[in-house]
Amino acid sequence: MHRLLVAAMVLAGFGLHAQNGNADNGKQLFMKHGCYECHGTMGQGGTGPHLAPRPLAAAALTAYIRKPGGGMPPYSAKVLPDAEAADIRAYLATIPESPAAKSIPLLNQ
Amino acid sequence: MAQPTKPVDRRGFLKGAALAATAPIAIAPQARVATPANVTETTAGTPSGSDPRVTERPGADFMVDVFKSLGFEYVFAMPGSSFAGIHESIINYGGNRAPEFITCCNEESSVAMANGYFKIEGKPAMICAHGTVGLQHATMAIYDSYCDRVPVYVVLGNTLDAAHRGGEVSWLHSVQDAASMVREVTKWDDTPQSLEHFADSAVRAYKIMMTPPMMPVVLTADTEMQENAIPSGEHPRIPKLTLAAPPQGESGAVAEAARLLVAAENPVIVASRAARTPAGMKLMVELAETLQAGVVDQHRRMNFPTRHPLNQTLRAGVAGKPTTGAPVMEADVVLALESSDLYSTVRQAKQRNGALKVISISSLDLNHKSNYQDFMRYTDTDLSMAADAEATLPSLIEAVKRQLTPDRKRALETRGAKLAQASRQAQQKARADAAYGWDASPISTARLSAELWAQIANEDWSLLSDTFWIRDWPLRLWDFDKHYQYIGGSGAEAVGYMAPATVGAALANKKHGRLSISIQTDGDLMVANGVLWTAAHHRIPLLILMHNNRAYHQEVMGIQGLANRHNRGIDRIHIGTKIDDPNIDYAKLAQSMGVRAEGPISDPKDLAAAIKRGIEVVKGGEPYLIDTVTQPR
Repeated sequence: MHRLLVAAMVLAGFGLHAQNGNADNGKQLFMKHGCYECHGTMGQGGTGPHLAPRPLAAAALTAYIRKPGGGMPPYSAKVLPDAEAADIRAYLATIPESPAAKSIPLLNQ
Repeated sequence: MAQPTKPVDRRGFLKGAALAATAPIAIAPQARVATPANVTETTAGTPSGSDPRVTERPGADFMVDVFKSLGFEYVFAMPGSSFAGIHESIINYGGNRAPEFITCCNEESSVAMANGYFKIEGKPAMICAHGTVGLQHATMAIYDSYCDRVPVYVVLGNTLDAAHRGGEVSWLHSVQDAASMVREVTKWDDTPQSLEHFADSAVRAYKIMMTPPMMPVVLTADTEMQENAIPSGEHPRIPKLTLAAPPQGESGAVAEAARLLVAAENPVIVASRAARTPAGMKLMVELAETLQAGVVDQHRRMNFPTRHPLNQTLRAGVAGKPTTGAPVMEADVVLALESSDLYSTVRQAKQRNGALKVISISSLDLNHKSNYQDFMRYTDTDLSMAADAEATLPSLIEAVKRQLTPDRKRALETRGAKLAQASRQAQQKARADAAYGWDASPISTARLSAELWAQIANEDWSLLSDTFWIRDWPLRLWDFDKHYQYIGGSGAEAVGYMAPATVGAALANKKHGRLSISIQTDGDLMVANGVLWTAAHHRIPLLILMHNNRAYHQEVMGIQGLANRHNRGIDRIHIGTKIDDPNIDYAKLAQSMGVRAEGPISDPKDLAAAIKRGIEVVKGGEPYLIDTVTQPR
């Protein structure tokens, strides 16, 4: 059972990499390009909105990065190529769901 | 600033020379510097027959009498020779009580401490500084208080008479017009020429600073007037202080404002520095409930309970500072009370709804200065009262009540129920947002705030730091319902305010037995970390949780934005913006100054126990610092 689960996860990860980018590289890029400065190291949000879990679709995310709204500065393809944007999205897609607020006693006082 | 030992000064030299010419015993030049023994001898020929500096009743004693008459509890100061006379009289003649001397490590901290003290206690404190180098340090904090409408009583030392200055240092520390440096950012100043004049100006300065809009004032105390004897035959009197009643809105304008508010379908009250006192907060609640109107608190003060059903701040956007969130966008009438930036508050709403009516009640319309631009952009209003908002609220509430009919009251109750529902939903959303990154390391600012709230909710607590830097999580998650539970931030948005202001505010809380807390930004602490020593030295209980994101994060984002807009990438934005390599160990920094401390803590699971330990120490009457490594915001 355990082996099956691991195998499924590897395949899922491979599929993610092949189709949507490299999550490990994306994590490094997320830090290198300063995304975490406004969105938090886990994409939880900060000055900017939360990005994870369940990030925007790849095309929508890349389009937004190129022409953002609000206070976010634009990232051109020269600064952040499409492939790197895809890696970042892959990283965001790996971030697990946070516990629901209702299940956190500290948030119910 | 401390003044090094003087070389032989002019006054001492001349007197020594006189002694050498008349005394039968030769005295080495080095011995000619005035001492109590030779001063008496060398000045025996003065008209009064004695050296005015040798006296048991110096002018500074009278100045202290004046300060006592004004009821100052504390004087915040770093020692300086130009006000040494006042210093000596405070600690000896005055018994170091009311005012008590609080030792500061920088004049900027002195002023910021006085600022924080006032915002808790509602009473002003005084600070002392050199008229030159001390005031230069203090200037930013004076500007902060000017923008924050906080009265600070600034007493400067200066030797005006050039013939009576000492050596090089005394000249360097003297100035023609000391207050000129801050005249643009203070409300009034004077340089009295006699003790009678001093008393007159001291009382006048107090009255002026305490009349809204409240702002700092400056009194320059001549060094010789401080140190020399009260001239014989002079019996200076201290005038009676009678504070001016704060200005209220004109009755016709108040009635018109009430008419607009009662008739409005969706009025919103926007408050920035509206509640100057606890009574002001109660009046805010009464007005909102009478109108069943939503309130957006811009939190320059604690204006409105965070969990009141009519509080719509969370719907206005994070920070609640000048913003055009949903409550303002939906409004047909905006009542702005002591707004700090009315233009930004209503700009988008006016673009969307040309019929939007804007009513302003602001004491700032009574203040007119040109140079510094804190008056903000001119705003189109429909009704404007040059008046103190808190003082105007009682008559406005009465005017509203007079105009309410039973039918109208029923309609307002329906509106109130809708607002209460919207408020509940906004609070639920805030809690849901706080869950994101709950277990993140570095620690999320939401988790930090929630962990702290869990430990203090049942205490008599007072949060003294600006929450803007942590996305306002405490204001979004905690139940604030007392005026002293939040004091807003720095008036001029200047770094270096928070640490000393929180210590000054904690000093004010001390006698009330409140649990003082701050969530302290790292960049700010590094401007004025000497205040940690002040807190330890004076046993000021304060729990400090570091928001240690190891950067001047606001500037990180600024440089990042520019680099991206210039299409250069952000590889180098850490230069000049990050506070790492090496990381600062704030626990050790605090410990080196006598503050018990622990950390750094990066795992949120370690927070609860640390906060519990900290609260125990603070309840014992001491400060405590926990270095927590946090997310950027």
